[in-house]
Amino acid sequence: MIRVENVWKSFDEQPVLKDISLTFERGKTNLIIGKSGSGKNVLMKCLVGLLEADRGRIVYGDLDFSAMGYRQRRVIRKELGMLFQGAALFDSMSVTDNVMFPLSMFTTMSRKEKEMRAAFCLERVNLHGADHLQPSELSGGMKKRVAIARAISISPKYLFCDEPNSGLDPPTAILIDKLISEITEEFNITTVVNTHDMNSVMEIGDKVVYIYLGELWWVGSRHEILHTGNKELNDFVYATELMRTLKK
Amino acid sequence: MKLLYHIGRYFILMGILLRRPEKASMYRRKIVVEMDLLGLESLGIVAIISVFMGAVVTIQTAFNTDHPLLPIYAVGFATRQAIILEFSPTIISLILAGKVGSRIASEIGTMRVTEQIDALEIMGVNAAGYLILPKIIASMIINPALVVISIFLGIFGGWMVSAATGVVSLHNYIYSILFEFSSYDVMYAIIKTVVFAFIIASVSGYFGFYTRGSALEVGNASTKAVVFSSIYIILFNLILTQLLLI
Ligand SMILES: Nc1ncnc2c1ncn2[C@@H]1O[C@H](COP(=O)(O)OP(=O)(O)OP(=O)(O)O)[C@@H](O)[C@H]1O
Ligand SMILES: [Mg+2]
Repeated sequence: MIRVENVWKSFDEQPVLKDISLTFERGKTNLIIGKSGSGKNVLMKCLVGLLEADRGRIVYGDLDFSAMGYRQRRVIRKELGMLFQGAALFDSMSVTDNVMFPLSMFTTMSRKEKEMRAAFCLERVNLHGADHLQPSELSGGMKKRVAIARAISISPKYLFCDEPNSGLDPPTAILIDKLISEITEEFNITTVVNTHDMNSVMEIGDKVVYIYLGELWWVGSRHEILHTGNKELNDFVYATELMRTLKK
Repeated sequence: MKLLYHIGRYFILMGILLRRPEKASMYRRKIVVEMDLLGLESLGIVAIISVFMGAVVTIQTAFNTDHPLLPIYAVGFATRQAIILEFSPTIISLILAGKVGSRIASEIGTMRVTEQIDALEIMGVNAAGYLILPKIIASMIINPALVVISIFLGIFGGWMVSAATGVVSLHNYIYSILFEFSSYDVMYAIIKTVVFAFIIASVSGYFGFYTRGSALEVGNASTKAVVFSSIYIILFNLILTQLLLI
C-alpha cells in the first residue's frame, strides 16, 4: 500500500499539485486520470522520487519515503518497477539483456538463473522469440511488453505505469491494460497507472482517482464513475461521442 | 551567473559520480566496453591526422630554418619537440573532444530524453555514476595510449616526407630525432592527455546528463560538449604548460 499525505508541488510559484491525499491499495490496479496538464505525471514522479514534493509525505507500507535519504531509498527502489510512456528500453542492449539488467545490478544470480528469470518474464508478457532482438527492431506494443517484463523481473511490490497504452491500436492497448491488471493480481502488486483513456478505466480501474487542475477531485471504482453527479468528472468521462451514445 | 551555475552543478555531479557503485563488476564491464567504443574506434582518425601533421611540421620546419647558422639537426629536433609537447597531446585531444565528446553527450542526452536515465534512477542505479564514470576512466586509460601512438606516427610522418622529398636527409632526420631525447617530455605529454581526457569525458557527460526536453536538445548538448571541452582543454593546456615546464 502507498499512502500520499497532503502533497503539494509547485513549479516557479505555480502550484501543480494542491494538497493531494489518497491511498493506493495492494493487489489492485489504481488509476490516476485527469485532463492533459492536470498534474498526473508530476504526481507519479513525486511518488517514485524523480521529483521531490514541496510539502507532505509519501509512505510505502510503513516506510516514510519522503523522509529517506538516497541510500535508504534503495531498499524501496528495489521493490519498485516502472513502465515509461516510451518504454525507455536501454537501446544498447538486447531484449533479454534489458530484462536481465535489474537482476545483474542488484542480485547475485548466476547467468543461467538470470536467463531463466528473463525467459519467464518474457513468457509472462506473451513475447516469444524476440529475446535477441534490439529495441529498435520492436514494434511499439512489443516495446511496452519488454518494458513490463523488465519492470517485473525483480518481483516488485509496486508497479508504476505512465500511459501504458498510448500510441497503440485499441486491441493492443486493451491487451497491455489486461496484462498489467493480471500481473497486479497474480503477484499481489500495488499498481498505479496514469492514463486519460476511458477504455482503460472501464477495463481495469479497480480504484480510480480523478485529478482536476492539481486537486484530488473524485475517488471511486469503475462501476461508480458512470453514475457520478460530479460535473467536472462527467465532462471528462463523457467527452467523446462514443461515451455519450453509450450513456443514452 | 549562468557560468557559476554550471560550474556548481558540474562539481555536484562529480560528487555524485563518486558514490559507491551498486555493483563493481557491472562498472568494470562497462569500462572495457567504453574503451573499445571511445578509444579503438578513434584509432583510425588519430593515425591519419598524426602522419600528415608530422609530415607537414617537418616540411614547415625545414623551410623556415634554412639558415647557415642553425645546426643540421634543428629540423628533426624541432619536429620531435613540437609533436611530443604540443601537437600530439593537445591537438589530438581537441580532435577527440570533437569525436568522443559529441558521442558521449549525444548518447547520454538521448538516454535522458527517452527516459532511460529515469528508468535507471527508479531502479536505484546511480545513473550519473553508471553512465559517466566508466567513460571518464576509459578515456583516461585509452587517450594516453592514443597519444603515444600519435607521437610515433607523427615522427614517422616526418621520416616519410623526408624520404619522399628529401627536405631533410634521412640520416640527418634520424640523428636529430634522437638528439637530447628526454623521457620527461613524453611523461609531460601523457600527464596533459590524462587531464584532457578527464575534461572531455566529464564535461561532455555533464552536458548530456542535464539535457532537457526533446531530441533537438540532444544536438544542442552535443555541440556545447564539444565547444566547452575544447575551451577547457586550451585553458588547461596553458595552465599545465606553465606548471610542468618551468
Ligand atoms: N519540470 C517541470 N517544470 C515546470 N513545470 C512543469 C514541470 N513538469 C510539469 N510541469 C507543469 O505541471 C503541469 C502538469 O504537468 P503533467 O505532466 O503532470 O500533466 P499530465 O497530467 O501528465 O498531462 P498529460 O496528460 O498531457 O500527460 C503542467 O502545467 C506542466 O507545465
Ligand atoms: Mg502525462
